[in-house]
Amino acid sequence: MDELSILLISHGILKKDFLENIAKEVSREFRFPVYIEESQIELNDFYDPIRRQYDGNGILKEIDSSSTSTLVKKIGLFRIDLFIPILTYIFGQAILNGNTGIASLYRLRNEQYGMTPDDELLFDRFTKVVIHELGHSFGLIHCHVPTCVMRSSTYVEDIDQKSQHICKKCRASIGIN
Amino acid sequence: MDGNISILIVDDEASVRDSLYNWFIEDGYEVARAENAKQALSILESKNFDIILADIKMPGMDGLEMHRRIRSLNKDSIVIIMTAFACVITAVQALKDGAYDYITKPFDPDDLSHLIRNATSQISLKAENEALRNKVVSLENVEDIIGNSEAMVKVLNEVGSVAQSSSPIIITGESGTGKELIAKAIHSNSKRKFSPLVSVHCGALTESLLESELFGHEKGAFTGAMFNRKGRFEMADGGTIFLDEIATISPKMQIELLRVLETKTFVRVGGNKEITSDFRVICATNKDLNEMVKNGDFREDLYYRLNVVDIKIPPLRERIEDIPILVDHFIKIHCTSMSRNIIPIDQQVIKRLESYDFPGNIRELENMIERAIVIGNNKEIRLKDLPFEKDIVISTIESLNDLEKKHILQILNKYDWNISRSSKALKVDRVTLYNKIKKYDLKSTN
Repeated sequence: MDELSILLISHGILKKDFLENIAKEVSREFRFPVYIEESQIELNDFYDPIRRQYDGNGILKEIDSSSTSTLVKKIGLFRIDLFIPILTYIFGQAILNGNTGIASLYRLRNEQYGMTPDDELLFDRFTKVVIHELGHSFGLIHCHVPTCVMRSSTYVEDIDQKSQHICKKCRASIGIN
Repeated sequence: MDGNISILIVDDEASVRDSLYNWFIEDGYEVARAENAKQALSILESKNFDIILADIKMPGMDGLEMHRRIRSLNKDSIVIIMTAFACVITAVQALKDGAYDYITKPFDPDDLSHLIRNATSQISLKAENEALRNKVVSLENVEDIIGNSEAMVKVLNEVGSVAQSSSPIIITGESGTGKELIAKAIHSNSKRKFSPLVSVHCGALTESLLESELFGHEKGAFTGAMFNRKGRFEMADGGTIFLDEIATISPKMQIELLRVLETKTFVRVGGNKEITSDFRVICATNKDLNEMVKNGDFREDLYYRLNVVDIKIPPLRERIEDIPILVDHFIKIHCTSMSRNIIPIDQQVIKRLESYDFPGNIRELENMIERAIVIGNNKEIRLKDLPFEKDIVISTIESLNDLEKKHILQILNKYDWNISRSSKALKVDRVTLYNKIKKYDLKSTN
């Protein structure tokens, strides 16, 4: 039987070693092979000039519609400001129990909040968002455990409070040891 | 996260509905969507939602009007109004109409999270408050049952042993013996105690009213039925329904009741949707249902369905040893409610009460004590404060001899068996009185 795998689809300029380190962390967390792929979807199609942001729902649908095996969980990685119609911004989103998610590091950068750049912190935050969204695609809902990566985060500071690991209870619920 | 909280999203824009749906589903909420007010109201007819997020501008009925309709359905849902345009007048109107909050699209994710978290906290607090209130009421109910007599101890033991099951119970006893109190004690000692105990006095309602009362009705089911109404069976979901004076229900209602007890499902009057409710049934009657079954006045199948456990409450005359503590109890509660000092009672009064047969049972005793406190001298309850001499009609008397016997005994008791004073009061000579005492075999209780 074919094994499940995770595909990180990089849209835009993300450094190779940055992506590889993300892949390592994701693989360590989910214990599935993680692959990286470069893709250039036309982001202008999803740009909303009034909000000056990119439509997360549209992009998610676009990635989800690209034909891949159901044994692959895909997540699009971006550096653009994402929104959904009802919310002013999102860090990422995924189809619950589906095969697709998206994550952006745009709002994770310290510079956005008037602070000095911190690449290590950016990597840490982005890794958490990617694992969080992939967790949803595995069927996990938000968790109450403060350190669980599946805890809901609406501010970047919330992301810093949690670890990048899925708690024991959440792991057990999706059958990952 | 909050798996037991349900949210209904009402918005004409699919992208808004879907975005909110995905957002809440990730939080573990139970979520439903409606694309307009009409669809939302239709969903709400068959299911309650804890929170309703409604767009203010929708084609057809707007969010404010929908909110008013929801309120008329007696739904407890928290309604949050959403709009794409911040407008103070509309916001104020929404809040005046009882909306929980008002939020402008697009939301800051944190604002939305806070809003929903606060709303769910309110729902939890409300549920907790309700549960605590029920608990307090339950404790009071148990304390209200007064009695150390063997007969009452037996009843209380029965209450303790049947409370935990969900079996139907029939409580039998004369009027005024406290059947409803026993029903409350059973409910408050059961696993259902945090859900409602719903009482229905079957004897007070006509057949059609009872039907509507028990099963509820749909809007327009009959003249005057302006809105949908929940029935008592629906209200008792998770709890207990207490059907008092069950012997008075009509043959048609007996069939309906039997069906509901067997299936735990019913249809509102004028409706067609089957509604399921998980309730325990406790009935009470002062009639002999067994005898009624034999006479064909009560359905046998219903009788056996209801009569899984039968608790018989003894009349007060069969537990006279409880009279002193009952009297103390009623003095305390009535003096307290009238903001008076607790007053003592003359022991002669107790003796007299113990010799009385109380056709109205504890209710009659309580009324006597309340009356004595109201009309008395505020220092002590005396024999003359009780309505024995003029008000009480002894219903058990049938013959003239019985009446004479009773009257002579009352006068003898009044004058502590002083023959001279009693004969003077009766306006007969002493010999005649002695003859009557002998004839009726009257004996002093002292």
